[in-house]
Amino acid sequence: MEWEAVIGLEVHVQLTCSQSKLFSGAATAYGAEANSQACAVDLALPGVLPVLNRKPVEAAIKLGLAINAEIDQESVFARKNYFYPDLPKGYQISQFERPIVHDGHIDITLTNGDHKRIGVTRAHLEEDAGKSVHDAYHGQTGIDLNRSGTPLLEVVSEPEISSATEAVAYLKKLHALIRYLEIGDANMQEGSFRCDANVSVRPKGQQELGTRTECKNINSFRFVERAINHEIGRQIELIEDGGNVVQETRLYDPDRDETRSMRSKEEAFDYRYFPDPDLLPVVISDEWIDEVATTLPELPETRINRFITQLSIKPEDAEQIASSRELAEFFETSLNGYDRNPQLTANWVTGELLAQLNREERTIEQSPINTAQFAGLIARIDDQTISGKIAKQVFQELWQGGESADAVIEAKGLKQITDTGALEKLVAEVIEAHPEQAEELHGGKDKLMGFFVGQIMKKTQGKANPGEVNRLLRQLLTK
Amino acid sequence: MTISLSDVEQAAHLARIGLDPAQLDHHLADLQQILTLVEQINAVDTDGIEPLSNPLDAVQRMRDDQVTETNQRDQFQPLSAATEDAHYLVPRVIE
Repeated sequence: MEWEAVIGLEVHVQLTCSQSKLFSGAATAYGAEANSQACAVDLALPGVLPVLNRKPVEAAIKLGLAINAEIDQESVFARKNYFYPDLPKGYQISQFERPIVHDGHIDITLTNGDHKRIGVTRAHLEEDAGKSVHDAYHGQTGIDLNRSGTPLLEVVSEPEISSATEAVAYLKKLHALIRYLEIGDANMQEGSFRCDANVSVRPKGQQELGTRTECKNINSFRFVERAINHEIGRQIELIEDGGNVVQETRLYDPDRDETRSMRSKEEAFDYRYFPDPDLLPVVISDEWIDEVATTLPELPETRINRFITQLSIKPEDAEQIASSRELAEFFETSLNGYDRNPQLTANWVTGELLAQLNREERTIEQSPINTAQFAGLIARIDDQTISGKIAKQVFQELWQGGESADAVIEAKGLKQITDTGALEKLVAEVIEAHPEQAEELHGGKDKLMGFFVGQIMKKTQGKANPGEVNRLLRQLLTK
Repeated sequence: MTISLSDVEQAAHLARIGLDPAQLDHHLADLQQILTLVEQINAVDTDGIEPLSNPLDAVQRMRDDQVTETNQRDQFQPLSAATEDAHYLVPRVIE
């Protein structure tokens, strides 16, 4: 039987743009000493009351605008009741019936180049819980409430995602938006962009949805893909063996590449949501929305289109570069230094630069090569002072602290030999040194071109202009 | 709507309230009475009326995003039964 997967994603975005908590004036900085940023409100001491922070509300409006969603002009906070030691109030302040943002969408590009629109059901504000430490306190659990009350935006997609690859594409788009809007750092390792995936399978063509499971604990794009693929496989196997999928929460274990049961999903009514009587309805005026709209930066979608239409960059390169605001800015600033061949610049950004950054696990902000140096390098490749191969050597020199492409080329004598007279002499010498091969090449054994080009490159340490060498070889051999 | 003893037990469990089994019948009767009142309220025709989330005729005020709290951990932690390395200690919880 042919199966199809139905996937919905819930992403908890920590609104790190906010210095203080959603309902208290305690700091939200990451990595502080345990419980040093947990005030009376976060600890739920008797008599405290929540006071709403404007910044996270504004962040939600920003995201709402960016995904073309409805922004509810009167939204309501609700209590979600459950007991866990890292939640001292016994309830989480969240939103239920009237989330601040609803009915938006994110467009993704599929591997075949097509576009698909994924609906965003809702995005609501809520407070984060604290952290439990299970293994350090001889049989007891330690609680750190620094994270308690940190503002989160939970972004819930429609179950319109059909594969792990689509899920990753959606997440990358959302991730880029959060970074562009500067509402969160979206650092997956630090937990400021956490993804839960609801996965179910059904026979292809069937309307009715299968029973879903929720995978938690997925903290990288790679793991999202693996966890979803694993879960789809597990469910299909289970059903084909005559079993039933149980609605439950499963935990993804990256070390063993498997999901395992965590707890049976509590039904929604078990949380006994009700409007929080400590908080009044949040009213968002048209004026406020308009004002926030004027602060939106150019968004990835617009930037990609501009790269394609105005700079004639290949769509896949445009998408890759614009997926990171910082990378796109590096690219554009480099173009300010040299703008005659944007595609060449794009090739070097997506090629050598990204590869080197990945090798050293650096972000673009930590690149030892600045945009002026990068532009200088591209200029020398484009005007054929150096070949692409030599350019990689110059790139490495710059990476190690070289001053500029020109200075490196000068100091190391890397300038490409384009002087026809000098090259002609070299080519003639090589032909003379290998009369048999020259004869065979002349006789039509074209494969030997590579041999001769190689000999000449060896003699010139790669500095000969390859196009010119080819031309001269043909010319001299057909004489 | 009629509820049973198991509904009362379930509600008590969700609220983490320990009920004396001898008192269960009494709680059942109380809750049943409350639900009868709810039924009465539910019977009111509310078509076209916006749900009210708060009885006060006011909207939520917001504060500016500023850190106003200082670290008062040393005052808070003695209120707790046990702490270690600045963590609050609780009976072990593992899902």
